[in-house]
Amino acid sequence: MRAFQRLEGLVAPMDRANVDTDLIIPKQFLKSIRRTGFGPNLFDELRYLDEGQPDSDCSGRPLNTDFPLNFPRYEGASILLTRENFGCGSSREHAPWALDGAGFRAVIAPSFADIFRSNCFKNGLLPVVLEAERVEQLFAQMYETEGFSLVIDLEQQIIETPDGETISFETEDFGRNCLLKGLDDIGITLQNEAVIRDFERQHQARCPWVFETLEV
Amino acid sequence: MGKTLYDKLWESHLVEARDDGTALIYIDRQLLHEVTSPQAFEGLRLAGRQPWRISANIAVPDHNVSTKAKERAQGLAGVKDQVSRIQLQTLDDNCAEYQIPEIPLNDVRQGIVHVMGPEQGATLPGMTIVCGDSHTSTHGAMAALAHGIGTSEVEHVLATGCLIQRKMKNFRVSVEGELPVGVTGKDIALAIVGEIGTAGGTGCAIEFAGSAVRGLTMEGRMTLCNMAIEAGARAGLVAVDDRTLRYVSQTPFAPRDAQWDQAETYWRTLHSDTDAVFDREVVLDAPAIQPQVTWGTSPEMVTAISGRVPRPEEMETDTARQGLERALSYMGLEPGMPITDIRPDVIFIGSCTNSRIEDMRAAAAVLKGKRVAANITQALVVPGSGLVKKQAEAEGLDQIFKDAGMEWREPGCSMCLAMNADKLEPGQRCASTSNRNFEGRQGFGGRTHLVSPAMAAAAAVAGHFTDVRDVMEARL
Repeated sequence: MRAFQRLEGLVAPMDRANVDTDLIIPKQFLKSIRRTGFGPNLFDELRYLDEGQPDSDCSGRPLNTDFPLNFPRYEGASILLTRENFGCGSSREHAPWALDGAGFRAVIAPSFADIFRSNCFKNGLLPVVLEAERVEQLFAQMYETEGFSLVIDLEQQIIETPDGETISFETEDFGRNCLLKGLDDIGITLQNEAVIRDFERQHQARCPWVFETLEV
Repeated sequence: MGKTLYDKLWESHLVEARDDGTALIYIDRQLLHEVTSPQAFEGLRLAGRQPWRISANIAVPDHNVSTKAKERAQGLAGVKDQVSRIQLQTLDDNCAEYQIPEIPLNDVRQGIVHVMGPEQGATLPGMTIVCGDSHTSTHGAMAALAHGIGTSEVEHVLATGCLIQRKMKNFRVSVEGELPVGVTGKDIALAIVGEIGTAGGTGCAIEFAGSAVRGLTMEGRMTLCNMAIEAGARAGLVAVDDRTLRYVSQTPFAPRDAQWDQAETYWRTLHSDTDAVFDREVVLDAPAIQPQVTWGTSPEMVTAISGRVPRPEEMETDTARQGLERALSYMGLEPGMPITDIRPDVIFIGSCTNSRIEDMRAAAAVLKGKRVAANITQALVVPGSGLVKKQAEAEGLDQIFKDAGMEWREPGCSMCLAMNADKLEPGQRCASTSNRNFEGRQGFGGRTHLVSPAMAAAAAVAGHFTDVRDVMEARL
């Protein structure tokens, strides 16, 4: 996994609450058997005026010019600023894959849905939780200032604003360490192979029916 | 201090608790389908890893399959869309390569993964169950700790037999009293989401309790747990009782003989202790729950059939008001209009929420001897599995649907997420028994109203949303 340590990036808005993963990446793109290629279809139904199709070229599609992420001032943004319960709904990991593919490395919101949040940590995408009031201030500053950028330092768990203000945030230790070092958590878990085997033996003695072969 | 059901399930699968607050949890069963597994198998292959325990897994194609009999009869070759066909073929290939048991496309046991699992006894009480699908919470109806995971976690479970997790909070939602006739598990689920919101259960496992929940059939409990994720909770739970055990005992993969006795003894301990302490509790009054209809673009945007679409000025915050205005604009609804004035174009009865035999029966009871209204342009009934379909046909329910002017389809996820050809056209309005009314969920520009199967059937007959109890009374 790609490591995340320090990011300086342009901030773009997704100014609504309860953004669901269907909105982040619509179902027709889930037919792909790859992990990449979802970037052009991030927020497809909001970004374009027509219905997107998998594996089709997006360069000639009619853009929704009212959608902020299509505004030239947000081009090249790597930090998405949004509101409560971002990533709710479907467990599709295609959502962080699409954000990643579109160049986003961090999402700032007052809260995230559980599965989405967990999926972010597996993909080098940092979910940052700030108080709703703080997010509101950042929205105001971002709308006011073209080119509004933030620095996110994961090691220190701080965000630096252009005014020199520092905002602290908290992330869970395990996820932070994996992100900082770009660690593959399967490798970490398999270091405990003996412990898992030992548990499995005891569990099988208690609940043997769990271990029956499923003959289909 | 006593333990909650969730505490018990967690502790019995805890391999290792770490200082950083995470834990390794042993996974008893992983359900796989075509959409969220290909990248996981690819990751396994690239890393040169083998599945930790092959028999922990069972696969079935469901999300992307055609529900048309003619196309299904041709197997994978009948899947017209090449991208979909490759995805379905990839599941078959991966299962063959890693010797993972798979119920194939045209097997009578094939169906939506969350219908097939309980039906086959592949999901049993006391298990930890995962699947790369958020509606895995369904299986909590069997007192299993079941939740949806992402594809990286699917790969992690395949490779290690475990999941890295943090313990969730304990949240109990009790529904007490007698449920009115015509009010179902779906209505309870929607009422709860309306009460606590789509983020109300974030970070929690919700145990559904109370006399009204105990009074639900296993199908009704599955509907309820299915929608725990719509309240933000990864896992829903219902304690084991005689009804659970009776249901499980009739499934093919259930333990037998001495092993059943051993299992039953254990399973009967799967309830929260009377002195267990919950982090949060909510109590709903069952007699006060009416049939529910969603009017917006989030499952929490819901009201009773007797209700009205809210007005923006009633909202307390700017974000909520803007959300409401956007939802009404997308849904093409007027503020303050009665729910009964909303006229669907399409009826969809199906999905992992409501496609089990009880759901088919409830819809058929309303539709018997009736025709769908003239303004309904399409009405789909999609059974949750081949076995549900077979049972429904044995009871003559398919004929009731067909006589009413509805299409009786082959099992699959169908118009719930519209990955296959079953989808809404822009602007079309659907009375749907599925679980999500998000923008574009059932098709680009499509408008979804979530209801119970009986309410969908009542809307089909009336041509607008109507209280199913009025329809049923008129019949008597």
